[in-house]
Amino acid sequence: MESLFGVVGKDFVVVASDMSSIRSIVVLKSHEDRTRDLNSHNVLLYTGEPGDCVQFSEYIQRNVQLYSIKNDVPLNTAGCASFTRRALADSLRSRGAYQTNLLIAGWDPKDGPRLYWIDYLSSGLSVPFACQGYGGYFCYSTMDRYYHSDMTKDEAVALIKKCIAELKTRFVANLPNWQIKIIDKDGITVNVVEGSAV
Amino acid sequence: MSIMAYNGASVVAMKGKNCVAIASDRRFGVQALTVSCDFQKIFKVNDRLFYGLAGLGTDVQTLSERFRFKSNMYKLREERDLEPKTFAHMVSSTLYEKRFGPYFVEPVVAGLDKKGEPFVCSTDLIGCINFAKDFVVAGTASQNLYGMCETVWREDLEPEELFEAVSQALLNAVDRDCLSGWGAVVHIITPEKIITRTLKGRMD
Repeated sequence: MESLFGVVGKDFVVVASDMSSIRSIVVLKSHEDRTRDLNSHNVLLYTGEPGDCVQFSEYIQRNVQLYSIKNDVPLNTAGCASFTRRALADSLRSRGAYQTNLLIAGWDPKDGPRLYWIDYLSSGLSVPFACQGYGGYFCYSTMDRYYHSDMTKDEAVALIKKCIAELKTRFVANLPNWQIKIIDKDGITVNVVEGSAV
Repeated sequence: MSIMAYNGASVVAMKGKNCVAIASDRRFGVQALTVSCDFQKIFKVNDRLFYGLAGLGTDVQTLSERFRFKSNMYKLREERDLEPKTFAHMVSSTLYEKRFGPYFVEPVVAGLDKKGEPFVCSTDLIGCINFAKDFVVAGTASQNLYGMCETVWREDLEPEELFEAVSQALLNAVDRDCLSGWGAVVHIITPEKIITRTLKGRMD
């Protein structure tokens, strides 16, 4: 029942994840953090099988950190996405495949803002905007309508909020709280949007 | 739904007069939902050899990485470019290695050999090669493509005529397939140059 959104703007990426942890008919937690900061300028967001998600994303987080320790430079977004896709693809036909759907968002001095959509089968795509989860069925069309390249921060956050509002209207599960992260040259800024504040 | 039709794809290659064409659609979807309209399915090996992979997206990407590795190693060891027929056998072996747990792709190979002779072939998901003398097709719109190619293809088409033929074959075939489409990429390989064109068809 979880959804993730991401939109690439002029020189930043904005990503949003809902914060409800739901099992069957019970809401277990209302402020679940469905993200991991890979380094100062890259974020990984996950949905899917609960244990697999945390195990896999923390594995990726540790390896991205190891890269910077080993090589004395941070790994760029394309590198994070490529490494993650390879790790997920290798696990796919092994004893234990990870059932995780991911968004990887980041900003890099050379390539600028980037957003990657990776599904649980490990298809990896670089996209201007993306959804994971049921949210996609409702919100891809909203994003198609209102997205244009070089959006400002206000426009991009407004688009994300339109998508959240769409889910509030039409999606069966109640997802009141959302965590919105903006990644730009200055790093990662976190903003939690609660309940009816959207 | 079949695993080969999960993401949706269509690839076609045709022989011409001293040239070959290879074309694919650009859609990437998750069953009925379209996620991306610029998913790469055709990859370059060298200036005279291209291949396309239709099928499950993750295997398209994994195999393109594996073929990049294998063809780079071949080039380093042999100090010469891969011939299309050799690459076709390399593809076949790579797929048959996974005979009882296959990659869910249908590759299409198109190129010119060192004498400039056109070459096209395709294989099934476990590596059985079909050496064609006219055209090869793969993907969710393969049956539509067979019909279109049989109609538009003739022997000894010049590069520009071949471009028209392969474009019309692909565009009209994918229009009748809900899982392929959202644009097309066409490469024409001639001894002198490669012409690449991106087509905008029905974006639905």
